[in-house]
Amino acid sequence: MKKTLFDKVWDAHVVDTVENGPQVLYIDKHLIHEVTSPQAFNELEERNIPVFRPQQIAATADHNTPTLEQHLPVKDELSRKQLAQLSENCRKNNITLYELGHKYNGIVHVMAPELGITQPGMTMVCGDSHTSTHGAFGTIAFGIGTSQVAQVFASQCLLLSKPKSLRVTVNGTLKNGVLSKDVILYIISKLGTNSGTGYFCEYAGDVFEKMSMEGRMTVCNMSIEMGARGGMIAPDETTFDYVKGREFAPKNEAFDKKVAYWKTLPTDDGAPFDKEYFFDAEDIEPMVTYGTNPGMGIKISDKIPVNNDPSFKKSLQYMNFEAGKSLIDTPINFVFIGSCTNSRIEDFRVAADYVKGKKKAKNVTAWLVPGSKQVETQIIEEGLKDIFNDAGFELRQPGCSACLAMNDDKIPQNEYCVSTSNRNFEGRQGQGARTILASPLMAAATAIEGKIIDITKQLN
Amino acid sequence: MEKFKTHTSQAIPLNIANVDTDQIIPARFLKATDKKGFGDNVFRDWRFNKAGKAVSNFSLNNPLYSGSILIAGDNFGCGSSREHAAWALVGFGFKVIVSSFFADIFKGNALNNGLLPVQVSEGFLNALFAAIDTDASTLFEVNLEAQTISIKGTNLSESFEIDPYKKTCMINGYDDIDYLLSKKELIEAFELQKPY
Repeated sequence: MKKTLFDKVWDAHVVDTVENGPQVLYIDKHLIHEVTSPQAFNELEERNIPVFRPQQIAATADHNTPTLEQHLPVKDELSRKQLAQLSENCRKNNITLYELGHKYNGIVHVMAPELGITQPGMTMVCGDSHTSTHGAFGTIAFGIGTSQVAQVFASQCLLLSKPKSLRVTVNGTLKNGVLSKDVILYIISKLGTNSGTGYFCEYAGDVFEKMSMEGRMTVCNMSIEMGARGGMIAPDETTFDYVKGREFAPKNEAFDKKVAYWKTLPTDDGAPFDKEYFFDAEDIEPMVTYGTNPGMGIKISDKIPVNNDPSFKKSLQYMNFEAGKSLIDTPINFVFIGSCTNSRIEDFRVAADYVKGKKKAKNVTAWLVPGSKQVETQIIEEGLKDIFNDAGFELRQPGCSACLAMNDDKIPQNEYCVSTSNRNFEGRQGQGARTILASPLMAAATAIEGKIIDITKQLN
Repeated sequence: MEKFKTHTSQAIPLNIANVDTDQIIPARFLKATDKKGFGDNVFRDWRFNKAGKAVSNFSLNNPLYSGSILIAGDNFGCGSSREHAAWALVGFGFKVIVSSFFADIFKGNALNNGLLPVQVSEGFLNALFAAIDTDASTLFEVNLEAQTISIKGTNLSESFEIDPYKKTCMINGYDDIDYLLSKKELIEAFELQKPY
């Protein structure tokens, strides 16, 4: 029978099937962080159940960490306690932890790929919905709740019903100034926030084949924003080159053997999907969101649509935007480049390339938050830090930061923030803050101009 | 987990689509390391303004509405995987959430906490909202065994789907850990002969 990439990886991990029910799926790698793991550790302790496979778990501190003065004790008491709890839980259970200050510390979805923990053909989970990021490697990776974190601790397995399959194909050549972030924002704007619910999505076509691993991670990262539990891209030479030589990647013959297996994973020609969508790369422009969910996005040259739905109107009211208007020239005081969507070295290279020799607008506060210590080091070593400093941008230390504003990195009430993160929900970046999602290039340009511009006008 | 068979209550309407888990429980409240206390902050930024004053026209604050059933708009629970959203709703006293569509991860989290997500047709959802509109003291009955939700005092009723395994878990108060631990030998055997 012809199989999809998803079928092949899923089927290889089925331990057992409950009659008329879900399947027992084996999980290769389990990533944890401070926010969604403590209650799972408590549960195991209360029930006197040991962690079954601690060597298949990797932990990091990211959601609730400060991005300034990380060498000092964390000021916020609750945050400090939560981080201490993670350290204690990892120590007691022999779990490797990249804690604050560790050279491998970083956002869970940046750290794991860069260490080679993420590999094609695996199953990976984490108590974080953006675990879909790792699907860029041809991995089944998805976010889970804390009860499920406890289940994986206890058994290295999950009880799941196999999701349906969806494929999004984008063929053609992307226009100048259109980045992977624009591709996924475009797809979500076309399909809506729940079109993928109940599905696992495969991204196929020239556009993804030509994309770097960083770009593929940006795309897969936001699969959850259209409701899909995960997104996948077939592993190819780009994938193998990226994985090769990383800290936890297989070495020498073991690597070659794995590559031979990984090459069998791409979807068979003619394998059936439950749902398929096709888009032309030429139709995609730099994207911006105007509302309070990631599906509410438009091309930079478009106007906010008119819609009488009460939820839509509530959303525009929150954003203080008007239907029928363009976002171009909207004054912006805050810019955030960071998050598990866009905090990899390539994202900062794109931003630095644009910013070089320019100065940020006086009204703008521009935060750059690298995804990991390793990215931070790269930014410094490649001289990007100097470029950003000269332009008046502020390079901070790694973490989730203003993407979810759990720490002190909050956008003030009623302020707009052009952000490279993944969610523009009400209050996501701080109570009353108004988020406009965009690519790192659009974010950098906004910081320089102090307002939203059509970047393509400058490039072409 | 508490057992769930049938549940009858008044309901609180929340006729907004795409309610995300950041609204159900904002991130700044996720610093706790246990499951307690989240109910106090459910829908925090819709219930209270920045000065901490209750927003009187928000349905959870409206004295007209009460009960342990929440009737919500389409695509409820989208966004973050935080199970804190389910803990917050349970902590506030909800036992059932009704919507025409639920986000995946939220649905699983709810089921793992004895909170029943009942997915109904758009038409029936509108009928539920209309019934509360007409009389806020209307009672609704959810029967898990029969998989039905009905509006008391009318003949309006609809059946709903639920995974048979999850249904058994809810009715008996079992959770997945018990089941997975019973499969330990199979799991160990699988590890020795992984097909990849």
